[in-house]
Amino acid sequence: MTERYGAPVGGDRPSRGQAVIHPSPSQWLDVAAAARADGFDQLIDLTAVDYLTYGADRSLPEGVHPERFEVVAGLISHERRERLRMRVQVPADDPTLPSLFDLWPGSESLEREVYDMFGIAFEGHPDLSRILMPEDWAGYPLRKDYDTGRIPVQFKAASNVR
Amino acid sequence: MSTTDIAPAGAERVSRREPSAVLRMSETEAAEIGGDPDDPGDDELVLLNMGPSHPSTHGVLRLMLELSGETVLRSKPVIGYLHTGMEKTGEQLTYLQGGTNVTRMDYASPLFNELAFSLATERLLGIEVPERATWIRMLMCELNRVSSHLLFMATNGMDLGAVSMMIYGWREREEVLRFFEKVTGLRMNHNYIRPGGVAADLPADWRSDVLELIELIEPRLDEYDTLLTGQPIWRERLQGVGIISAAEAVALGATGPILRGAGMAWDLRRDEPYLFYDQVDFDVIVGTHGDCYDRYAIRLNEIRESLRIVSQIIDAMPSGDYRTQDKKVTPPPRARIDESMEALIHHFKIFTEGFKVPAGEAYAAVESPRGELGVYLVSDGTSVPYRVHVRAPSFVNLQTLPHLMQDGLIADGVAIISSVDPIMGEVDR
Repeated sequence: MTERYGAPVGGDRPSRGQAVIHPSPSQWLDVAAAARADGFDQLIDLTAVDYLTYGADRSLPEGVHPERFEVVAGLISHERRERLRMRVQVPADDPTLPSLFDLWPGSESLEREVYDMFGIAFEGHPDLSRILMPEDWAGYPLRKDYDTGRIPVQFKAASNVR
Repeated sequence: MSTTDIAPAGAERVSRREPSAVLRMSETEAAEIGGDPDDPGDDELVLLNMGPSHPSTHGVLRLMLELSGETVLRSKPVIGYLHTGMEKTGEQLTYLQGGTNVTRMDYASPLFNELAFSLATERLLGIEVPERATWIRMLMCELNRVSSHLLFMATNGMDLGAVSMMIYGWREREEVLRFFEKVTGLRMNHNYIRPGGVAADLPADWRSDVLELIELIEPRLDEYDTLLTGQPIWRERLQGVGIISAAEAVALGATGPILRGAGMAWDLRRDEPYLFYDQVDFDVIVGTHGDCYDRYAIRLNEIRESLRIVSQIIDAMPSGDYRTQDKKVTPPPRARIDESMEALIHHFKIFTEGFKVPAGEAYAAVESPRGELGVYLVSDGTSVPYRVHVRAPSFVNLQTLPHLMQDGLIADGVAIISSVDPIMGEVDR
């Protein structure tokens, strides 16, 4: 099994030209720090995926245990013109992850968005609060068990107005 | 009088200057600080809401400003007023319908949204797009960059009191949109770039239309130069205002003109070429001071570079298909439907069920007028994406705002918001 910064490298399903590594939650910060020290100077993207109802094969590398949530971070090394994607499995019963704020302050809004949409808490984040939804909102909209609402459309001329 | 004497609850949070420009305070906390508006001594630090419907906040951006007199100390962009759950909506729409959803995010440069979405889908599908389709995509995107930057020129002028610029910017932009309408049927939200190619071929006389556009806009850019670039009032308002260093911009995740304005030559078109950008000649415009003036100058000159690319595309445009002939994603031609039952079924299936995309995940990034626009797609092998994430440049770029505004005046804040050029549809999604 190949490793990079101590984390297993993505397996037989290459992510269309981009290198992928799969650190564990406990490795998350160390692997990120190693990547940062290795020249990945910008955190370009951070998001999450809720794999609750995923029907296909996850095809994670050997030794990586699939969990409900996955946080995906994209890094750029400007000097080498290289990208790296970090994917970490976050269990549903303990959706927490250390914040990358100290390494890349640019993670602030992105982590707030993931917290807002998925309810994944980032420890050490300076201001972990909802960003897109109202402050008093209940629930995490991008989770797969969060239903999309429907507002009934009423037409003026309709005879069956309830 | 020290600030702690004024408001009992929570005031120490305001007076305690954190080593940050970001005002990390919730609504509730802000409401608790209060203070007496009639007390003349109670004016050292003021929390002021700017927006969400302030004319210079570009849509529904709200800023919580901590002010000392007219000086901005810390600030916090409050967003979400335009949040309609577009990423969630994307999980309900097929790959063919997805374009109509993403195109509404950055409504000033809709074609880039469609492009990033299509590139990510094509990466999952593993299909090649015909050369002509790729060149058409480049042509449309570069013209879209022109129209988007013209919109910036217009709003930037308006924000700073150069009202003529507002009219000129909108006027020229409208000419570009007229061409878009001719090609795609719509001025905005085109859904023109689709997985597999583009929706329709260019009209027969597109060359003369585009040449006319170039001939119209190029001299107008020189007029803008005369009107604004060298003008002392304009320089006074912009130079040295809202400075950010390259290191800060990189750390905060900023891309596009903000990053380039700080002196970092990073443009995905050159540094990670997609489409055929490696076959055209253009310069990456870079600033030196990282101030509002540099960001203005970069966008103005990027219009010139885009027109340069467009004129090369006119010569380079090959003939051929405008979309892939891969039966998987492209419906059979109209004539076949009359002859063949299978073709009819196939056509029906593509538009009702959609085409299936192999399981996996892909990220595709393009250089939008605002920076890196990325789409992260996760497919579970069905015809509807499992997850659509859009890395919106405006959303991330907004993080630089408190840092740009710190220790400046409110009036400069207006110039700074304008120079960040956020599109709230894309910020809130």
